[in-house]
Amino acid sequence: MAIECLVLGAGQEVGKSCVIISIHGKRIMFDCGMHMGYSDHRRYPDFSLISQSGDFNAAVSCIIITHFHLDHIGALPYFTEVCGYTGPIYMTYPTKALAPLMLEDYRKVMVGRGEEQQFTHENILDCMKKVTAVDLKQNVQVDKDLQIRAYYAGHVLGAAMFYACVEGSGIVYTGDYNMTPDRHLGAAQIDRLQLDLLITESTYATTIRDSKYAREREFLKAVHKCVANGGKVLIPTFALGRAQELCILLDDYWERMNLKVPIYFSAGLTIQANLYYKVLINWTSQKVKDTYATRNAFDFKNVHSFDRSLLDAPGPCVLFATPGMISGGFSLEVFKHWAPCESNLITLPGYCVAGTVGHKLMSGKPTKVDLDKDTQIDVRCQIHQLSFSPHTDAKGIMDLVKFLSPKHVVLVHGEKPKMDLLKAKIKSELGIDCCDPANTETVSFSSTRFEISDASNAFIRSSLTPNFKFPKDEITDMPSLHVHDERVSEGILTRVDGKKLKVIHQDEVVTMVGGVKTEVEFCYCFGLKLCNLKSIRVFDSDDDGLIGALNLKLSDEFGDLGLRVCLEKGRLEVNSFRVWICKNDECPHRIDGDWCSEHVFFCCNWSVLDNKKETTVFCWPIKYRELVTLFPSHLWKFQDGGDVNGDNRAVTQATAGSRRITIRRRWKADYARSSSWPCFGTAWSV
Amino acid sequence: MKFTSLGQGGGYNLPACHMLKLSGFHILLDCPLDLSALTIFSPISCTSLYDEEEEMVDLISLEPYYKTVEGVQLWNVSLIDVVLISSPMGMLGLPFLTRTKGFSAKIYATEATTRLSEFMMKDLVAMHMEFKQRYGPHKNSFFEFFNWEKLESLPPSLKDILLGKDSTQLGSWMPLYSAGDVKECLQKVESVVYAQETCYNGSLIIKAFSSGLEIGACNWSLKSPKRNISYISRSIFTSGVAMDFDLHALIGTDVLIYSDFSNSENGSNQELEGDDDDDDLLLDCENERCEEMEKLKFICLCCMDSVKSGGSVLIPSGRLSIVLQLLELLALHLDSSDLKVPIFIISSVAEELLAYTCIIPEWLCKDRQDKMYSGKPVFDYEELIKEKKIHVFPTLDSRELLMMWQEPCIVICPHWSLRLGPAVHLLKRWHSDPNSLLVLEEGVDTDLALLPFKPLSMKVLECSFTSGIKLEKVPQLLKMLQPKQILVPDYAKPFLEPLSNSLPCLFYTESEPLCLPKSKNLCELHISSNVASKLKNKEMRMSRLKGQLYVEHGKHYLVEGKKAKGLEIGPLVHWGKVDLESLLVGLEKIGVKGSNECGSNVVNVVDPGKGLIELKETSVVISVGDESLALLISNLVHSLLNGI
Ligand SMILES: [Zn+2]
Ligand SMILES: [Zn+2]
Ligand SMILES: [Zn+2]
Repeated sequence: MAIECLVLGAGQEVGKSCVIISIHGKRIMFDCGMHMGYSDHRRYPDFSLISQSGDFNAAVSCIIITHFHLDHIGALPYFTEVCGYTGPIYMTYPTKALAPLMLEDYRKVMVGRGEEQQFTHENILDCMKKVTAVDLKQNVQVDKDLQIRAYYAGHVLGAAMFYACVEGSGIVYTGDYNMTPDRHLGAAQIDRLQLDLLITESTYATTIRDSKYAREREFLKAVHKCVANGGKVLIPTFALGRAQELCILLDDYWERMNLKVPIYFSAGLTIQANLYYKVLINWTSQKVKDTYATRNAFDFKNVHSFDRSLLDAPGPCVLFATPGMISGGFSLEVFKHWAPCESNLITLPGYCVAGTVGHKLMSGKPTKVDLDKDTQIDVRCQIHQLSFSPHTDAKGIMDLVKFLSPKHVVLVHGEKPKMDLLKAKIKSELGIDCCDPANTETVSFSSTRFEISDASNAFIRSSLTPNFKFPKDEITDMPSLHVHDERVSEGILTRVDGKKLKVIHQDEVVTMVGGVKTEVEFCYCFGLKLCNLKSIRVFDSDDDGLIGALNLKLSDEFGDLGLRVCLEKGRLEVNSFRVWICKNDECPHRIDGDWCSEHVFFCCNWSVLDNKKETTVFCWPIKYRELVTLFPSHLWKFQDGGDVNGDNRAVTQATAGSRRITIRRRWKADYARSSSWPCFGTAWSV
Repeated sequence: MKFTSLGQGGGYNLPACHMLKLSGFHILLDCPLDLSALTIFSPISCTSLYDEEEEMVDLISLEPYYKTVEGVQLWNVSLIDVVLISSPMGMLGLPFLTRTKGFSAKIYATEATTRLSEFMMKDLVAMHMEFKQRYGPHKNSFFEFFNWEKLESLPPSLKDILLGKDSTQLGSWMPLYSAGDVKECLQKVESVVYAQETCYNGSLIIKAFSSGLEIGACNWSLKSPKRNISYISRSIFTSGVAMDFDLHALIGTDVLIYSDFSNSENGSNQELEGDDDDDDLLLDCENERCEEMEKLKFICLCCMDSVKSGGSVLIPSGRLSIVLQLLELLALHLDSSDLKVPIFIISSVAEELLAYTCIIPEWLCKDRQDKMYSGKPVFDYEELIKEKKIHVFPTLDSRELLMMWQEPCIVICPHWSLRLGPAVHLLKRWHSDPNSLLVLEEGVDTDLALLPFKPLSMKVLECSFTSGIKLEKVPQLLKMLQPKQILVPDYAKPFLEPLSNSLPCLFYTESEPLCLPKSKNLCELHISSNVASKLKNKEMRMSRLKGQLYVEHGKHYLVEGKKAKGLEIGPLVHWGKVDLESLLVGLEKIGVKGSNECGSNVVNVVDPGKGLIELKETSVVISVGDESLALLISNLVHSLLNGI
């Protein structure tokens, strides 16, 4: 199965963000934006590529909107009210609250420019009614198989990155985000997730920014200088986001400097927006959040609403006017009045779409701006470009990609040449596959998928014992803890009656197939001179005494290591291994040898399986020092690096000839495993 | 799974408290404080007020102690792994636990619950401090005061509260925690939002879903590898403030622990039938909501009557969602009656609390959220405070309050036990005024609560608000939730037992552990499809697992191993039979010479080494001195058997 990623907008450009992801039969639309630079059909994503028949409800499982900027939500009312999509739509609470303001603002500008309106005021309201608001980290089950979750993205109030997961395959779509906190918002935050795909913005794909405080100071200085000289400051912004950020900045500065120059907000619109900000203050940075009880930071003291009559009134002032980029509306009107005067100041946002007045002012230092073929405005005022932006810089993008370590990365929302550089960097520095499809292009990736199988209790018990309880301090900040276990191979995958998969333990197999278990055993009868058992002083002809002495000898050497040797029915047993004194002179298992009367014979047998590597014979905790005493190093070669001097060796393999002992450390306790008894016998009889 | 109810609670202010043992973890559900027990103490300076009637007031004149849940005190705190808090009231006893040595459990509560209980605890500590200051250095401590003689001489109403029904609960009384204890406790709480997935210890998935009882209050869903459990605390389908009861997330669990029988005394003899469909259930809820509104309106009307006749109104309520609605309604009524009567809210935390409720639209009901979307404030009182119709003060002796004090007035203040806080002083002031009104919530023994203020000429309005799902709706709700097993308190037995064929109920009794047999559910193993396809390709019914097993978020995963193991492990389990003939043929093929004495099941090996092979009923014995020959023969034998 594959993940398909169809880019309908913001492919190698900024504007009309819209990405359609298909995973395992689900289709998710991330963002539904419009392009500010166009007024023809190019302003909207080409929805016909989703469904030729126009049955969008069948073609799209859900829409997720990351934030209220028009390049991410501008086409939504069109898609729902005109194209007829009625399926689920998700966005955060602040986005749901603030989006209508943005859309209405945009609609008014459209109407004001005399363009045909794409949707009405009612359309906006009806569209918003279909939206389900979500909280950060809330798990939303869109349907049985599709789950989504929002994470804090900074950028603007309510901006979120979205995680979506279908049957174990996870993706993240970042929308616009900021990895460093600003005046009123915190930095983006996300869990470490298992991802097949990450789709990230790349507005500042190559820029590395320094501290923004210096830039803020610059801005304040420019504004202060202007009003001190009696000038007027025009700050064209969108109703939401930047306006509040700058306003917090100015309001605070006004307090500190005891300035009395009025700060105005154009139209009731932005004042209204402040009310939303007040209620939604929990979505801002901790510092701003903490002000709710004393004085809500969005209760601006020095801000008043602007009256048109004040346009040509004398005296200094600061005015926030919509729309940003001076693409029309009131900010354009104010621009016409104030631009010709030298003492005035116009601040421009960091990014202006081509074709807007803002863009013209940014390119070079124009003395004249053509509004249309009849109108030309003299520009004598000062221009200050705001260089702080709510987007992450290149380092932030790299940090995020590295942190999430997805299998694939798709770059959108940026400029092609810069994206190419970033793409190369992600590939070379992080070794992660990365691409930047153009609009209407589709790219495919392989996806993770899981098949679900029942697992028998015996299997789970055997592979997870000792039933690990993670130490408490470890779990606090660890979203996932991997426990590796090679006892996996004791599991057998079966398909019961051709239906559901089931995993059982190997011990359950024979019962399942209804057969009889057959053991293959080795027998081995050998002689040993009793003087080799040095510690036995009393020579006792009693067999039990001899076995007891053998036990004693073994316990002496291994007993305190926890080796369990049990004396039972005149023989020693360790798992399948059994040894007893052989009294049968005709013993069929006796091996050839130079036996004499001093030899006492031991008969032993053990399962062939115990001869195989990786088969548990017994486990005991062992320390390196003891290991060396047990198996003198001139006879045994130890492999694997590690700290030889240390008392604890995690993994040690000892080899002598063809015999091999594997000692492994399990979890925190040092357990060791040996492969087969005969090795052990050899070590001991030397 | 083991379940022990430690306290079945009572009403809104005293949530139930249980201990649940699930897949080896001890989970404490809520940790409340029985504040109604405060009524056994005499409020400050009442004795001096009623000197001449000393024998009437036989309350305990001590600095108050606080009654915790006995069962929690008896528990070894270091054994508790997880604490789940369902409502702000369910956290009031938590600082007692968290300050105990050895406490290391992880505490989960919703963000709003944590903040609201922070306010409640801070207020409690402040009121207690005030009591202490006025009372002076205490003469007697609680336990010094009580000897057996004294205990025996207490009136039964006090003795019951003090010692509990079974006279064992003296040990559950504690001196109040400090502000520092509260702070420390809150730092240990891990806050979640509704439907956020948190994972305890890699295997237990915990989620909170709104219960509708109060802002931030929740029910819990617990997912262990083998069992899904939902815990329903007190819930309200639709409240005018908190987010609605979210029941869809609790559908279809293995075990439902139902701990919400609020109004069991009324309606227990009602005829029940569970055939109604869901729509009716929700329609009824709408009616219920209307009933609640009617109750609130009635209270407002009573208040209007009092203030019109020159009396003041005292509302000592701790129920935030009720108070918030009442504030709006009272202001409306005052406006429409054209009365200029001030509303005072007096509490050390009121200002911050009100500001807080204005910035948490995510936790509120749909109507309030819609108000936010349409650009209006979620609660009207923000405006009312600005318009100086509502005044908020931290204490009764705030200077500004004294300056603008006027009567009649309406005062909303703590504490509903009538033993602490501004309510005590105001009652002393108004108790003999027949025009004044006291609005009391159910939950305390009214006679006892009002005892120190007698004789009482003031009017008393007792009201009860919904604090849970009505009994007659429980069967319908339970059917909708379709759990495989339901745990319900024993007092619901007469009511639910007749329905046992459709509702699989088990009844629990306070402090009697209830054990559920091990779940028969199988664990699920998520095998990544590339591993699965490799395993399945072999055209075999069975194949040995390979890869890496890990547990994440309570799920078992098998994915491709990082590096392939060097050597293939051969089959480890064998079944079937080896027949002599094929063994001999096989030996010949591998160049081993052996002979079989006719009739025996033994093969003597002669070349390249000596040895023998014996075929037994369930085993094959190979006895060869040379190791490599032994392995050669064993491989042959294995090949003649079925193996995996
Ligand atoms: Zn944006
Ligand atoms: Zn954008
Ligand atoms: Zn022998």
